[in-house]
Amino acid sequence: MRDSATVIFEAPDAVSRLRYWLPVLVLGILACAGDYQQSTLHPASDFAGRLDHLFRGIFWWALGVFVLVEGALLVAIIRFRRRPGGDQPRQVHGHTALEIGWTIAPALILVFIAVPTIRAIFASTGAATPGALRVEVVGHQWWWEFRYPELGITTANELHVPVSRPVALEMQTADVIHSFWVPRLAGKRDVIAGRVNRLAFTADSVGTFLGQCAEYCGESHANMRMRVMVDTDSGFAAWVDRQTAEPPSPDSGSLAFQGRDVFGRSACIGCHMLDGVPVARAQVGPNLSRVGGRATIAGGLFPNDTEHLRRWIANAPAMKPGALMPQMDLAAEDLDAIVAYLQSMK
Amino acid sequence: MSNPPSTGLRSWLTTTDHKRIGTLYFWTAFAFFLIGGLEALIIRAQLAQPDGSLVSADTYNQLFTMHGTTMVFLALMPMTAAFFNWIVPLQIGARDVVFPRLNAFSYWVFLLGGLFMNASFLIGAAPDGGWFGYVNLTGPQYSPGLNIDFWVLGLQILGVASLAAGFNFIVTILNLRAPGLTMMRLPVFSWMTLVTQFLVITAFPVITVALVFLLFDRTFGTNFYVPAAGGDPVLWQHLFWIFGHPEVYILILPAMGIVSEVLPTFSRKPLFGYTVVVYSGVLIGFMGWGVWSHHMFSVGLGPIADSFFAAATMLIAIPTGVKIFNWIATLWGGQIRFTTAMKFAVGFIAMFIIGGLSGVSHASPPSDLQQTDTYYVVAHFHYVLFGGTVLGLFAGMYYWIPKMTGRLLSERLGSWHFWLTFIGMNLTFFPMHFIGLLGMPRRIYTYAPELGLGTMNLVSTIGAFVIGLGTLALVINVLWSRRHGEPAGPDPWGGATLEWSIPSPPPPHNFDVIPTVTSRLPRWTTEHPAAPSAPGSAVHVPPGSWWPLVAAAGLPIMASAVVTKLLALVFLGAAVLVFGIYRWAYEPFEV
Ligand code: HEC
Ligand SMILES: [Cu+2]
Ligand SMILES: [Cu+2]
Repeated sequence: MRDSATVIFEAPDAVSRLRYWLPVLVLGILACAGDYQQSTLHPASDFAGRLDHLFRGIFWWALGVFVLVEGALLVAIIRFRRRPGGDQPRQVHGHTALEIGWTIAPALILVFIAVPTIRAIFASTGAATPGALRVEVVGHQWWWEFRYPELGITTANELHVPVSRPVALEMQTADVIHSFWVPRLAGKRDVIAGRVNRLAFTADSVGTFLGQCAEYCGESHANMRMRVMVDTDSGFAAWVDRQTAEPPSPDSGSLAFQGRDVFGRSACIGCHMLDGVPVARAQVGPNLSRVGGRATIAGGLFPNDTEHLRRWIANAPAMKPGALMPQMDLAAEDLDAIVAYLQSMK
Repeated sequence: MSNPPSTGLRSWLTTTDHKRIGTLYFWTAFAFFLIGGLEALIIRAQLAQPDGSLVSADTYNQLFTMHGTTMVFLALMPMTAAFFNWIVPLQIGARDVVFPRLNAFSYWVFLLGGLFMNASFLIGAAPDGGWFGYVNLTGPQYSPGLNIDFWVLGLQILGVASLAAGFNFIVTILNLRAPGLTMMRLPVFSWMTLVTQFLVITAFPVITVALVFLLFDRTFGTNFYVPAAGGDPVLWQHLFWIFGHPEVYILILPAMGIVSEVLPTFSRKPLFGYTVVVYSGVLIGFMGWGVWSHHMFSVGLGPIADSFFAAATMLIAIPTGVKIFNWIATLWGGQIRFTTAMKFAVGFIAMFIIGGLSGVSHASPPSDLQQTDTYYVVAHFHYVLFGGTVLGLFAGMYYWIPKMTGRLLSERLGSWHFWLTFIGMNLTFFPMHFIGLLGMPRRIYTYAPELGLGTMNLVSTIGAFVIGLGTLALVINVLWSRRHGEPAGPDPWGGATLEWSIPSPPPPHNFDVIPTVTSRLPRWTTEHPAAPSAPGSAVHVPPGSWWPLVAAAGLPIMASAVVTKLLALVFLGAAVLVFGIYRWAYEPFEV
């Protein structure tokens, strides 16, 4: 009998197997090391932490089973390859005790997975804890609306929350099904017409967390992104103050002043709400009241700078396929004026 | 008495021979497999780097929808049908299926349904709602174009084909078994065919109803799924997945059947735990009905429902695991010959284990909240459907094509095919586990560079092209071997089941004398099976018929009415269908 180590060494298959497992290993290391901003493996809230913990538990069980079963398979195909002159193998038809054994073994392992699973299910119903910050989330093709009913704030694509305070999301859709997903803070929850769904989480560190729609929702599904800004208590309070203060009003004669005027008599008011322009009350598109203070526009796709804002207002569908804000026919100076005005609305 | 024509176009258009119909299924499914694969390559090319711009968002959405739809309904299912047609009658010692013309009808309906759905590419309006077609996105308000109409009607037509074939094979397996071939002596492939067909005839009516609702919403303004009118989009999800989960088993059980034939043959040992393997298959079939909501854990069905479906899904892992253990035990102690068929069968086990284990992690609803609709799930089901079903079907090809054509496939090319496919699929799909866990959703035509996933996606894309090379080796092999392959003889592998007792390719009537079966492995247990005596007179083979083809043609004509808005086509199509069935019914029994 040769010992198994030499067998493995001599089998050409083992070499190609190694070649195959090596990249796997490299990838695995990569996955632990890099800076992955939308990772489920780097939780930053109680909710995401609970899911991650559960997944890791399952992962180790699965890895154990993987090693045992693939190992058995490998041993079988190496040890029992046909040898020249080998005779007819024994014709075994089955073995009752074995069958019972390998039915019970996986059942036991599954118990160890099922129990924490069911615990986690009941801990993740999204029920709001008292004192939670309530936010209404509305999915739109293809952007997210966030409303703070207690604070009177409406914003888009950038959700601001304080650290260490429970947040309770009440989620709906304005059109088709979307799915709210900010992996480092919260697992997915779909928003479905005719229903209100709930999520609750408490962020445990300050920072900006990326998320995006996870349910296919039409042409620009890939472009329905969002950010969650987790801030300190005082940082959050300052943000709330800016949102709820009197809307800034541009100096008469300035470009922004002109822009307010143009905005008020353009098609914009048919779709957008803007505190500074009393006729702009529509709610088809994002609320633009403090749009100048956002980091990004258009579902988190572009930085909120002059160039992108200008291009967006001139021709949104050219920047985001299918965008439901039509191409606008604005004179260059009107465009500049609107951009200046929107940027002043912080 | 005239035998049916054996060459020429007419012989193929009118054939009712299960073997020729199997061949038609084979080539059609193969062509659709290549089309679906091409779609996958474009998808991977687009995703090779962040902010890809090879195709537009709209084109991408059509591509991923058609990749899924094509692979499930036009490539894999029909490829399993090719094997059902070719092999089941031979394994059970029958001269054909019970309803040969219905069998031809199934094929033609399938072909025309597939062509109908793909015709949408010609007008640039291929389906774009995903293979799962969630309403209300696919309703008239949000998808006013013809794209979804092609999808709904195409699937309806294909459903007719599957249902007709399902009944045909159930009746065939239950009634046409050779004398002595009791159910517990039935080869496992035929057993799994039977279970699969029961799933087909029970699952397809559900999607038929779901699609009728959607068709009515889209064409006649009904409100089945319209929330504003009291309809419910979640109803679609339930109906779709009540069909959709059994569909997974419709795709995997036949491959499990194939592997259960290949492993014993090349280990020179009977299948370990035959009874357990068969009953696990049946059990999986039954339990497959109680797990559908594991596709809907992010819907928010409530903790009770989530717990139930989690438990049910975990339970189904047990019979699946048991099958795997029995396959490994079959290898254990054998004399394994690594033919290409065997490599694919072992590859199937190795890959299916991975798919099964990742499946457990999203059987747990909280864990699934991070995984559903991400590339992690894409990785999971490609390990099941590619690592499982496709590798299983490849094993079946190398195993049974010699029976079909009388010529062996090249083992050399086969080895290239296997290694390229095996390495390619792991390069493609293994990184997807990480891509998903690190935050990339599915069904997106582009992704942000900030996600840091460019390198892994590039690896995955390279892998896809390696699979493409492997598939090229298969194409060359299949075409080359038709002329130049080594003659196979009746039994190139030393198989145990009845199909190996007759010439390759078999004569039109299969068996000169219907064999009598006395054991589960008829060709292994009888050392020298008594040579069947020649029949007294030539076996009569029924002539072909035009009417299945004519009747089938009625369906796409009717469906065209919806996309052309020409009501007259409904009546024309119905007339063709009824006329075809009428002539079919009154066709003389013997010519
Ligand atoms: C037909 C309705 C419609 C009209 C008219 C319209 N918009 Fe929009 N607007 C939208 C929609 C919808 C969005 C969100 C698009 C997306 O992100 O997919 C949007 C987004 C925006 C945004 C980005 C907001 C953010 O936070 O992401 C700005 C800025 C904007 N519009 C400005 C304007 C201006 C200025 C006008 C007039 C010149 C205008 N819009 C006219 C519908 C409209
Ligand atoms: Cu989406
Ligand atoms: Cu399922």
